[in-house]
Amino acid sequence: MHIRIHSRLAVLAAACAFAGANAFAATPAEMRKDFEAAAKTAMPGFSGLSAARGEQFFKTTHGKDWSCATCHGVRPVTDGKHTVTGKLITPLAPVANASRTDLAKTEKWFKRNCSDVLGRECTAAEKGDVLEYLLTLNKG
Amino acid sequence: MKTKWSKTLSLALICSLSVPVAAIADNLFAGTNAKWKAECGSCHVAYPAQLLPTSSWQRMMKGLDKHFGTDASVDTSTAAEIGAFLEKHAGSKRGIAGETTMRVSETAWFEREHRKVDAATWKNIKVKSAANCAACHTAAEAGDYRERGIRIPQQEITR
Ligand code: HEC
Ligand code: HEC
Ligand code: HEC
Repeated sequence: MHIRIHSRLAVLAAACAFAGANAFAATPAEMRKDFEAAAKTAMPGFSGLSAARGEQFFKTTHGKDWSCATCHGVRPVTDGKHTVTGKLITPLAPVANASRTDLAKTEKWFKRNCSDVLGRECTAAEKGDVLEYLLTLNKG
Repeated sequence: MKTKWSKTLSLALICSLSVPVAAIADNLFAGTNAKWKAECGSCHVAYPAQLLPTSSWQRMMKGLDKHFGTDASVDTSTAAEIGAFLEKHAGSKRGIAGETTMRVSETAWFEREHRKVDAATWKNIKVKSAANCAACHTAAEAGDYRERGIRIPQQEITR
């Protein structure tokens, strides 16, 4: 009896994990493409995403106290650290962190973090540039 | 008494139910909730609900876009679920029930419990903030604050 219930629970847990993981699944490359398309719609003359612009954006402040690198580090292939609470943040760059594939989560954090760093939401071009930069990083 | 799993229960409902943690004596998580753990445990350890009263949690959940100087906003259905969870497990003991602060680390209970921790320890760069429970309570992530898990970080030698 016990065993039966447990195996049911295990199946259920697996099903839940599967449903959860795939709710808004998107590879970082797919997200990058979507941001680029949105940027082109917003700005007809937009010439394409730039990793250099993304890196610059990531490492500088924008009128407030923090930059993206303040919490995610200047090398986001390694762990970051929340600047106020000290809590560890796993690497932001997809090459070093296989779990960066949840579009709803990515959008939620862009919204929060851009509000803290810029005092407004980020544009599609800014988000795309950051992703372009993160995707050029190597693990080594 | 037999437990029958109703097949009419949707998977979504089951997935959103809180999963009880293994009952360890002195575990401060009276219960847990997946959304609460994920959302409220991303920037700091998820603080045990019983350490603040209902009124504090209600006030906090209304102002998540301006949460201690940072934007911690969640969508409305997530906020409703987390709010209900926090209120269900909020502290009701005398002392905690009368608190008005939104900081666990400013409650009279916290100060009493930590009166033996000296000023230099609080200032240690590795602690940074009294809210950084996990700096000393190595199992805080699991809601375990028992003494055997306490490690006071060594002072950084700066002088
Ligand atoms: C105050 C600290 C802080 C700052 C500053 C900050 N972040 Fe974050 N960021 C976090 C935390 C905490 C998380 C969630 C933890 C995690 O996902 O590992 C996160 C998550 C993210 C994610 C989600 C990754 C995913 O899983 O999809 C993105 C994208 C992101 N940040 C981008 C940025 C950008 C861009 C900036 C600058 C505009 C920035 N962050 C600035 C703390 C910060
Ligand atoms: C975007 C990051 C972020 C998220 C998400 C977040 N918090 Fe916080 N929280 C903070 C920061 C920053 C502080 C201030 C910490 C300090 O002063 O050391 C804080 C402080 C707190 C404190 C006071 C700690 C103390 O005792 O001093 C409580 C309680 C708290 N948060 C509860 C929550 C709850 C509940 C949620 C989920 C609804 C949540 N937090 C989500 C960033 C966050
Ligand atoms: C600087 C280190 C430090 C930090 C940070 C800290 N504590 Fe403590 N805590 C202690 C010490 C040391 C004791 C034991 C005090 C004693 O024995 O007099 C303690 C005791 C406790 C106890 C009682 C444990 C028991 O079984 O007796 C609880 C509960 C607790 N702390 C919760 C918290 C919470 C929640 C936070 C974060 C909001 C926190 N602590 C932050 C050092 C710390």
